[in-house]
Amino acid sequence: MSSSNSIHNKPLLDVKNLSCHFDVSKPWLNRVIEGEPQRFLTAVDQVSFSINQGETFALVGESGSGKSTIAKLIVDLIHPSSGEILFDGQSLKNTRGDTFKTLRRRIQMIFQDPFASLNPRWRVGDIIAEPIHAFGLAKSQHDVRRTVEELLDKVGLAGRDRHKYPHEFSGGQRQRIAIARALSAQPDFLVCDEPTSALDVSVQAQILNLMRDLQDEFGLTYLFISHDLSVVKHMADRIGVLYLGSMVENSPSDQLFDQPAHPYTRMLLDAIPDHEMSGRRRKQVTGEIPSPIDPPSGCTFHPRCEFANDTCKEQRPSIHETKGSLVSCWASEEGRLAHQPKG
Amino acid sequence: MTEALLSVRDLVVEFPKRKTKLTALDKVSFDIHPGEILGMVGESGAGKSLTGAAIIGLLEPPGHVASGEIWLKDQRIDQLPYEQMRRLRGKRIAMIFQDPLTSLNPILTIADQLIETIQTHLPLNDKDARARAIQLLDEVGIPAASKRIDDYPHQFSGGMRQRVVIALALAGEPELIIADEPTTALDVSVQAQIIDVLKRMCHEHKTAVMLVTHDMGVIAEACDRVAVMYAGRIAEIGEVRQIVKHPQHPYTQGLMGSIPSIAERVDRLTQIPGSMPRLDAIPSGCAFNPRCTQKIARCTQDRPELIATELGRVSCWLYDGETP
Repeated sequence: MSSSNSIHNKPLLDVKNLSCHFDVSKPWLNRVIEGEPQRFLTAVDQVSFSINQGETFALVGESGSGKSTIAKLIVDLIHPSSGEILFDGQSLKNTRGDTFKTLRRRIQMIFQDPFASLNPRWRVGDIIAEPIHAFGLAKSQHDVRRTVEELLDKVGLAGRDRHKYPHEFSGGQRQRIAIARALSAQPDFLVCDEPTSALDVSVQAQILNLMRDLQDEFGLTYLFISHDLSVVKHMADRIGVLYLGSMVENSPSDQLFDQPAHPYTRMLLDAIPDHEMSGRRRKQVTGEIPSPIDPPSGCTFHPRCEFANDTCKEQRPSIHETKGSLVSCWASEEGRLAHQPKG
Repeated sequence: MTEALLSVRDLVVEFPKRKTKLTALDKVSFDIHPGEILGMVGESGAGKSLTGAAIIGLLEPPGHVASGEIWLKDQRIDQLPYEQMRRLRGKRIAMIFQDPLTSLNPILTIADQLIETIQTHLPLNDKDARARAIQLLDEVGIPAASKRIDDYPHQFSGGMRQRVVIALALAGEPELIIADEPTTALDVSVQAQIIDVLKRMCHEHKTAVMLVTHDMGVIAEACDRVAVMYAGRIAEIGEVRQIVKHPQHPYTQGLMGSIPSIAERVDRLTQIPGSMPRLDAIPSGCAFNPRCTQKIARCTQDRPELIATELGRVSCWLYDGETP
């Protein structure tokens, strides 16, 4: 791995005030005829966070909260409307040529659906070798073959599987291939967008264990995106909670589960099904996530929040720190949150 | 115990191939009682959805029921002619599918779809049917039902659409609802709401529900009894509390251990080695034996039947000889 960032506390990825808007207006002529203004959908709204070397940072939230958009922004698949993403101190946006290529190589991505993310017409060996060729990481064909076989072995498949096609593998095995492909570029940082949500629980356990082992072996840093809080709790060191494109809470994993600071986090935790039948009561969640085209004023969570007052309806809360958590909530800032013991 | 509403006996579903045949369901037997929610849990390909499809008579050809019986109260329904089965479907057995967007017609309003279903099954005129439709939407928790009934499906969110689908399923006042992964396409927060609606409806209308899911959380939350399926067979069936707290079959034990816990943090999750066998390569004896950590000699030779134990019924030789 790269030696330039051996200091542990230096963030590997630093996201500052990231915003992303999508133009969802009707075509120009329709707008002129019907006299309608342009409309924008705010997918990501002023999000800031940083991830240290070797850490797993998780993003959680309901559908439409902007988790996957952030993943795409980080790997440079779409471009931010404003804000900055610094990877190892450099911005992908402002680098060119070889620096860009190296930077891009060090960030790889694992996608949600292993049935859609592997080319069905390519042999597994070619799929895994593509990043090796693209970044010129091997000197000879022999080297490429050896690396591919080593990688397949690392992710728990056999070296001779490189001759097979993706359709010959099950969902879990395909996700292993996707992981091998990501690793073949020798990355430092993996963006994992719901890597296990298409898999069965028993297969999910295999993949999560594998990801843990690989993290220890290669010193990888993960951005882990999931909507499943129990998976997130198992994997993450820090957790960021997204609601309607903005980050409402950013806390260390244990802290988030023991003392959730934002009312929305509390609501999410209360909604986790009690599969162990420990007798924990699941609280009814009220309402649904509003439309990001026309978000509520002030704090976007106020229509569903039991602590909301006039301040919440009018003014956007800023981020403040309480007990190691970064929270964006008026009720928390003003001490209006009645302390509810979890359970 | 009351008489079973649905009884499935030794159900075998086969898919013929050119020379061989695939046995997708192999001697599946279970009962569902009125007002009971039975969970069907297992990995993809275990035969959960297929069991539901076989009961409602919607097996995709060339799949067919090769042997066994399905009884709805005292009527045998696995050999009914097409027309009779069609009349039964929606009226006595209803189905809720996974994806609420594809199970609603996008070019008809909710009112059109509900009223059509109601009038197919109940002798009501247009006005009464509409009133009944609004009442149904009210029951499943759609706010301002009398206004929203004239909306199209795309104007509803995922959770609201699934509520509409539940209302559609209830329209014929069925005795049995087969819910095939009703919450899989939804967020956790909305999932809780839908489970609540389903439980309430089941309770109020004394409807039996067969809930097919791979999500143990949903099972623990909603079901009275659970059947765990593996490779087209039932591995274990019993009260939900027993299965969750004291799983007996080694497969169920592995399955429960592989779910990340919210209460305690473990370093590694328990994982079951290997993966489920393909249908053309189901091992002899117990289908789970190549992956089982507690395998004994007998497991590779004889297939275990469901053995009654103190805690439920389990198909595993480890429990043979125990007095029930």
